[in-house]
Amino acid sequence: MSTPPRRRLVPAYLATHGRTAAAGTHGLDRLSVLHAAADLPAGLGGEHRQLWELVRPGALTLAEAAAHLRLPVSATVFIAADLAERGALSVRAPIPSAQPVNRDLAERLLSGLRALK
Amino acid sequence: MDFAPSSSTAALVGDVRSGAPAYLPPTDPVLMKLMVTGPFGVGKTTFVRTLSEIPTLHTEETMTAAGAPVDDISRTPGKTATTVAVDFGRLTLTGGEFVLYLFGTPGQRRFLPLWEDLARGALGALVLVDTRRLADAFDAMDLVEEAGLPYTVAVNRFPDTPPIALDAVRAALDLDPATPLVEVDAREREGCVDALIALTEHVLDRLPQETAP
Ligand SMILES: Nc1nc2c(ncn2[C@@H]2O[C@H](COP(=O)(O)OP(=O)(O)OP(=O)(O)O)[C@@H](O)[C@H]2O)c(=O)[nH]1
Ligand SMILES: [Mg+2]
Repeated sequence: MSTPPRRRLVPAYLATHGRTAAAGTHGLDRLSVLHAAADLPAGLGGEHRQLWELVRPGALTLAEAAAHLRLPVSATVFIAADLAERGALSVRAPIPSAQPVNRDLAERLLSGLRALK
Repeated sequence: MDFAPSSSTAALVGDVRSGAPAYLPPTDPVLMKLMVTGPFGVGKTTFVRTLSEIPTLHTEETMTAAGAPVDDISRTPGKTATTVAVDFGRLTLTGGEFVLYLFGTPGQRRFLPLWEDLARGALGALVLVDTRRLADAFDAMDLVEEAGLPYTVAVNRFPDTPPIALDAVRAALDLDPATPLVEVDAREREGCVDALIALTEHVLDRLPQETAP
């Protein structure tokens, strides 16, 4: 294991990365979308590097990243928060957690499902 | 992009973690989550695998005896932990407007604290039931009700399932008349899509009409 991730009460990426910060937004979630931004900061290796490399070619949700890295979701949260705090990871909130699902969204989901048939 | 529409990749199953990651489409999709739950061996993993466009992924979640989700049980010595396996898959809809995640999770009551955490932000749940042991579904129904999720019950029939009318299932499960009850074969895509449609219609029914304040 690399440097043990630290617990924090307010993930710093909420303050430093755009798009979030709406009232009621809570930190990283299984469906937070992770994508590498900028270079891997010096001094971060191990699982931090693995996560950063995993989401360099494209975006994945935190849950998918955890599964690919074979890490518990909760550990992946801390690793992602470390990277985001250093600006090495962009994090986008999953829309339903940031704002409750409304009828318009549910109707569009329904037509998307019907189109599968 | 490494992104393929669901229809052409639905048959793509296999072992899970070894595969290359399927990155999200560059369309900035809205991500949504539905839970797929029910008793042991009822077909949850099969259902998720049938619908997922990516090889299903798997995480292990640890819960202490006290019920708190923990990141690493080794750092909290003296506590016993339960591991809960979560299978999940993904379905891209409307050319990348939505990505729907299906979370297959066990439906035993003792998983309640973790279950609520897993279900946070979910639109609804599909509860799979086996008519040979209907009472086993009560735990899963309790979990979704306590998480406040709208749900649909899907009867998964197995070859040796004795015939039982859906009305009788509804009565035995004491379902609310508004709760949809459908039948599926978790191995068959069309019916699984129908079950998700029934669930989404129900989710929609329960959402308030948008009226200007
Ligand atoms: N005939 C039939 N068999 C099914 C169906 N769904 C699942 N099975 C079989 O039932 C067994 C259990 O299915 P799983 O999908 O592993 O069930 P599960 O709910 O994920 O099981 P646990 O995770 O162990 O609780 C497997 O052998 C499946 O192939 C179905 O609709 N019809
Ligand atoms: Mg399973």
